[in-house]
Amino acid sequence: MSEYILEMNHITKEFSGVKALDDVNLKVRPGEIMAICGENGAGKSTLMNVLSGVYPYGEYTGDIVYRGEVCKFHSIRDSEAKGIVIIHQELALSPFLSIAENVFLGNERKKNGVIDWTATRREAQTLLDRVGLEGENVNTPVNALGVGKQQLIEIAKALGKKADLLILDEPTAALNDRESAQLLELMLQLKAQGMTCIIISHKLNEISYVADSITIIRDGHTIETLQKGVDDFSEERIIKGMVGRELTNRYPKREDCPIGDVIFELKDWNVFHPDDAHREILKNINIQVRAGEVVGLAGLMGAGRTELAMSLFGHSYGQKISGSLKINGKEVNLNSVRKAIDNKLAYVSEDRKTYGLVLIDSIKFNMTLAALHSFFSNKGVVDQQKEAVKAEEYRHLINVKTNTVEQPVGSLSGGNQQKVVLAKWMLTEPDVLILDEPTRGIDVGAKYEIYCVINDLAKAGKAVIVISSEMPEIIGTCDRTYVLNEGEIAGELSGDEITQEAIMGCIMAHNRKGDA
Amino acid sequence: MSNNATKVPTSAPAAAAPVKKVNLSMKQYGMVLALIAVYVIFAVMTGGKNLTPINVNNLIMQNGYVIILAVGMLLCVLTGNVDLGVGSVVATCGAVAGTLIVDFGMSTPIAMIASLAVGLIFGVFVGFFVSKLAIPPFIVTLATMLMGRGICYVVLASQTKGPLPADYTWISTGFLPTIRVGGVDMISVIIGIVVSVFIVLSELRSIATAKKHGLPIAPTWQLIVKDAIIIGIVMFFFYKLGAYNGVPVLLILLAVVVGIYHFLTTQTVAGRQIYAMGGNAKAARLSGINTEKVFFWVYANMGLLCGLAGIVLSARNASATPKAGDGFEMDAIASCYIGGAATSGGIGTIIGAVVGALIMGVLNNGMSLAGFDTNVQKIVKGAVLLGAVTVDLLSKRKKG
Repeated sequence: MSEYILEMNHITKEFSGVKALDDVNLKVRPGEIMAICGENGAGKSTLMNVLSGVYPYGEYTGDIVYRGEVCKFHSIRDSEAKGIVIIHQELALSPFLSIAENVFLGNERKKNGVIDWTATRREAQTLLDRVGLEGENVNTPVNALGVGKQQLIEIAKALGKKADLLILDEPTAALNDRESAQLLELMLQLKAQGMTCIIISHKLNEISYVADSITIIRDGHTIETLQKGVDDFSEERIIKGMVGRELTNRYPKREDCPIGDVIFELKDWNVFHPDDAHREILKNINIQVRAGEVVGLAGLMGAGRTELAMSLFGHSYGQKISGSLKINGKEVNLNSVRKAIDNKLAYVSEDRKTYGLVLIDSIKFNMTLAALHSFFSNKGVVDQQKEAVKAEEYRHLINVKTNTVEQPVGSLSGGNQQKVVLAKWMLTEPDVLILDEPTRGIDVGAKYEIYCVINDLAKAGKAVIVISSEMPEIIGTCDRTYVLNEGEIAGELSGDEITQEAIMGCIMAHNRKGDA
Repeated sequence: MSNNATKVPTSAPAAAAPVKKVNLSMKQYGMVLALIAVYVIFAVMTGGKNLTPINVNNLIMQNGYVIILAVGMLLCVLTGNVDLGVGSVVATCGAVAGTLIVDFGMSTPIAMIASLAVGLIFGVFVGFFVSKLAIPPFIVTLATMLMGRGICYVVLASQTKGPLPADYTWISTGFLPTIRVGGVDMISVIIGIVVSVFIVLSELRSIATAKKHGLPIAPTWQLIVKDAIIIGIVMFFFYKLGAYNGVPVLLILLAVVVGIYHFLTTQTVAGRQIYAMGGNAKAARLSGINTEKVFFWVYANMGLLCGLAGIVLSARNASATPKAGDGFEMDAIASCYIGGAATSGGIGTIIGAVVGALIMGVLNNGMSLAGFDTNVQKIVKGAVLLGAVTVDLLSKRKKG
């Protein structure tokens, strides 16, 4: 047996003539956590799909050597039989089935072809203990759990398949900081028990923390492998490998732009849960934003930031909404999305695929959708001339990488999709923009471009509100930030006061106040 | 992720090439070719019986109602749903009109307005349940299917009401005035020529627009072949009509209906909203589209068109019968899917639905002329529906 548990040698995979992977080599030692880093489209997921048999043997060239044996996987079942289990970014759980049923989904505990419920529940409980979910009842349907716990159920499911090489594709993308930390601890714990892990993640701080080695992939090639304790593991070093150049500043400099009057003023905003009229989700929120200002809404996931934005934007969330909202000094009652748009408010949702885009339709269709009524039609007839011209203009303005605005947005990368959503809302000519997680799941280069757009918007005298779970993003882009915790404003920081410590400090202090 | 590049069909440098050439997609015109193929096959099988002037005329008269219903149904299909109540509502609308004329001696215009009103009431009823109360359309229209049929029997007291007067049946059986030269009506020929000229002009216009915005254009020879085929069909069709009784009134009605809805879906904000809602209702709502309202009007409109189809059907039969319209909903739904609409919503065109309806019509007509047993006809129609949708979906999957 060699030094490595897994060797992928000279892997090349083509998609109709285009090489997604070109002579890629990957070597993983037993019992280590290997991170794979690369920009979107670099080939990370393709490589993992080759490894797990999603692309069967024969569709790629090169060798997979696992435990000293050359493997020819024809399907996921083959790789799972060897103990290689992949957990995809999109969770593969069936929402209405119980935890126990999900843990053994496709791997049922059977006796004579009939499901053995006693064994299923007992073994599920053991697996839950291993992933730190001792407190959960195995009969609970998984949709009653938060996304963090669902991710842990996925790991339990993998353990149930006797995995000894676990592949996690963006496991913390949808998790908040606390849940992410919990997941990383679990990985270290599993490593201590002898498990080998491969993790794909955009969150470089997590990778520096948890990984023993980092393999960097760029444009379908393996660039380098960094070893803990030997090489520099800093985020700057990893990014340099990923983009192939020093990215000295991840956030464009905020040029001095004149800060104007308060154009967005929220007073005593209260919102109750849409299904539970007694549960107060947001309590007495007061926020002011000036023209030309970029203001953050920091906080942990579940703090109520998205709920706040949605409740403002056409009362799209919650009930019994009270409080006053002034835009440009005028009191407005935005009880429909149309009214919000007409009153110069725009909201870029955190989930572009579900709430932002019509994926089957073209870039042009999506860009003009929200502004169609106000700017692209005359007596209900669409002005297709103007539409084509504007869509083309914005494609260049915000650099959407495509040949034509007729291309369906579903075929674009995440970063380009996000740019289309931004263009869609810029075309409504808003004065106030709320950007909810504007760079979630997109690569470093596209992030930078989005930050530039945010700066340009501020320079043009718009009020921009940025909601982000990534604290460096708040620090890097905002002039000022509010910290939200459990539906209340826990603090306000501006300029150099905005640091990760200060933000966490606000949250901790607020939590203590709540407990007292 | 990494295969993004492969999905872009042409990778001509962005600014350098002045006019990009992109081949016409066979998929877009595949159904038109299928229509021609089916027609030619039956021409051979029936020894040319389906080419006769009277039969070409019958194709329009027999399928008018399906085309009207397919147009309305397409909007429902675009939202990702269907309307199952169509056949029953058509029968009820016709029954009301027939009863008003035969039993109450009402005039033709009043009976027609009553038919449209009854259809609209049904539509509003369905619209209210599906939009305000968010009851799945499948359930609501299953209910109107049963209720409508029952109401129809009650209104007609299970009897056939007729005969309906000539001014009522004119809409489905009448013809425009004719000017015959050598046995062929010149008005038909002139309309054919006008339509052909219009096709050429609109092609030239769209080329000009595409050039202006640097959008890709198909190679010239392909455009010429395409337009030549379409003009060939148009001229053949109008010549045959001219050789029979001239242009049917029903054809004008159909042209107006199809024209209005084609414009609505391709050129208006309302049309855009239907597509956006069908493609992603949540994103549409957060883009300021009142999806409830769109849903309501789509179903209200379907009711109104049922009223129109009710008039057309009862006028053609010169009577209102309680069994009328049986299975029409399935013909209309099948037309939409054969015409390329997606069951998931957001994809489909009016022209596609009309072509789908014509394929069904040519099939029915050809099989009857060829002497197929009616049961065999059903088997063939089912197979065609399944085949068309299967080919459509498989071709999409390969690309993805």
